Amino acid sequence: MNKWKYIWFSLILLVVTAVLGYFIFAQQRSGAKYPFSFGLDLVGGTELIYQADTSNVDDVSGAMQTLKEVIERRVNIFGVSEPLVQTESAGLISGNSQERLIVGLPGITDIDQAVRLIGETPTLEFRLQRPDAQAFIEANPNATMGEVFTDTGLSGRYLSQARVEFDPNNPNKALVGLEFNSEGAELFKQITRDHKNEVLAIILDGSVISAPTIINEISDGKAQITGDFTPEEARDLVRNLNYGALPVPISLVSSQTVGAALGADALNSGVKAGVIGFIILSIFMILWYRLPGLVATVALVSYTIVSLVIFKLIPVTLSSAGLAGFILSIGMAVDANVLIFERTKEELKKGRNVYDAISEGFSRAWLSIRDSNISSIITAIILFWLGTSAVKGFALTLGIGVLVSMFTALTMSRTLLMAIAPKGDSAFKRFLFSNGFHIK
Amino acid sequence: MFIVKYRKIFFTISTLLVLGTIYGAYVYGFNFGVDFLGGTITEVRYPNTLPAKDSVDEAVTALNLGGFSVRTSETDRYIIRTKELSLEESASLRNALDKLDGEVDNSIVIERANTIGPVAGSELKDKAIKAILVVILMIVLFVTFVFRKVSKPVSSWKYGLSTIICLAHDVLIPTGIFIFLGAFYGLEIDLLFVSGLLAILGYSVHDTIVVFDRIRENLRINQEKRTNEEFESVVGKSVTQTMGRSINTSLTLLITLIALFVIGSSATRDFALLLVIGVIAGTYSSVFIASPLLVTFYKLQKKVK
Repeated sequence: MNKWKYIWFSLILLVVTAVLGYFIFAQQRSGAKYPFSFGLDLVGGTELIYQADTSNVDDVSGAMQTLKEVIERRVNIFGVSEPLVQTESAGLISGNSQERLIVGLPGITDIDQAVRLIGETPTLEFRLQRPDAQAFIEANPNATMGEVFTDTGLSGRYLSQARVEFDPNNPNKALVGLEFNSEGAELFKQITRDHKNEVLAIILDGSVISAPTIINEISDGKAQITGDFTPEEARDLVRNLNYGALPVPISLVSSQTVGAALGADALNSGVKAGVIGFIILSIFMILWYRLPGLVATVALVSYTIVSLVIFKLIPVTLSSAGLAGFILSIGMAVDANVLIFERTKEELKKGRNVYDAISEGFSRAWLSIRDSNISSIITAIILFWLGTSAVKGFALTLGIGVLVSMFTALTMSRTLLMAIAPKGDSAFKRFLFSNGFHIK
Repeated sequence: MFIVKYRKIFFTISTLLVLGTIYGAYVYGFNFGVDFLGGTITEVRYPNTLPAKDSVDEAVTALNLGGFSVRTSETDRYIIRTKELSLEESASLRNALDKLDGEVDNSIVIERANTIGPVAGSELKDKAIKAILVVILMIVLFVTFVFRKVSKPVSSWKYGLSTIICLAHDVLIPTGIFIFLGAFYGLEIDLLFVSGLLAILGYSVHDTIVVFDRIRENLRINQEKRTNEEFESVVGKSVTQTMGRSINTSLTLLITLIALFVIGSSATRDFALLLVIGVIAGTYSSVFIASPLLVTFYKLQKKVK
């Protein structure tokens, strides 16, 4: 490439950086489409981790998906802004012994309220009553629920909707209409076909709320719970079924709450540390590496801007660990530049002219940059793979940082340096492009 | 090159530091945080009047929550560590703390309340150890792979072996310092500590590879020019050539980390401190341990022959 191409290319890169910089600035207004997404430890809020007991379920991932949807609905009706509900599967890879459900509630710092919001919600089951139930209970007064009612496999996870209905013959009598999803409808059809004239008990949270007798095979996946409901009771039950019936029982294993003030403080001081670190770093680079140091500073600015844009677009949830990973990656981003400049200096010492020394410095430093960064990326991937949410945030910002830094070192630093590299040779030019105390 | 020549001195320094870590682990043990042990940590801020620590101790004792510890933080808050608290127990702790400042109800702010069950905690510990081991293994495989073409005079797996020794060094020394800081200042070994260690591993290899890369290049140049240079002097030359870069990169990293330590939030302060120690240990090991070890391996190999 000739020099003019480098100059044009540099201008394009600088303009792109400026546009991306403006994008960040413009997207900072409230209501923007791509805001930064901050972790609970920076904005304040509560994270609840539940363990799901899936020992009685065959289709574990399906049950977890339904569980996630139910909890999402439940959280949403309480008007929490941007809640985050995730599942984490058990297994060798994640290192969990059980399926987990993670609920993030920004802005909620009262843990009692948060737990109530999720609720120790009831489970809905459909169980067949044994034909000799009456006699059996008389014989075994301490009979358990499981002995009297046998499991059918049909449970709240197959429910697609519940609603309040009224008996057409008696408008004052409320009914609860149930609608199953296709899988549940199939199961329900099978149960009602095979067990005519038996009692199918509807059990909510371990107690029988209704025990209708199966009269006909039901193939449309719809059922009604008749009971002596008042309209209010029916409405409560419908609400519980729609928002509360969990496919599998869950229990709270850990909770974390961070106050809004502590979060804001962490965010402000994290940003401040980043900015001040960046300024001192730039001063050091310019004093030690002179003109290339200035180029490195410009490359670092573009590195920061590109990373932040990526954080916005993906979006990466920035936690205090994530912020620390990013600040660390700024330091690592400098390394690529340092490697190149040190190599350039050596080539200058060998007697090459400035222009050749720079291009030689680049090509020689490249192997080291590539190999050393791959090892950092390996670390980031393993961290992301094994970590919990906090560690994942750190790994993600570090990994993105390393990749972006390699990219900016190759494009920005290289192009800018080649653009300003003088063709001729003089002591002054050598001074500008050399570094440290060894001026030759 | 003095580093290669006096390598035994540097090996001794590192060995002593590692022995110090083992001694610390034996005498003081690890001060694990609730992340790994399970339990509840409550950070309570008193915006107006901060009650005396004794009264906090008394109030918590009265609740019969079992063993606990109270630590002051900043100027206006206490951090209370207890067993894993149920919601009711948390509420009663909160009420008890609220009464201490002699002001109206709800005058305190719970800045942080983390509860982790013991099972979740020990699972996390297993996960952390697994992560460290997997990272070390992958990195060693990677180093062996990258240097696969360099087999003379030291075979490529020895570069990998030297890297493992350095990685162990870089994990053990910061851990040792944190064991002592834990014993005397209450710093805890938590999940963030483990991420910090992993970052140190990544950085240390990064640093070591740059030096190895230079050795590889110099060996190749010698081969092309058919120069017969002693391995010891090739290593010495490579270390000298990369010294400026090693120091400057560490300096730039240390600048950002020290900024994070001094200005950053209390949540990341210990983390920044860990990384500062780790970067120093990592730079030290890649310059003073990794490459000189190659020379030692080379000499051992010659003796055997």
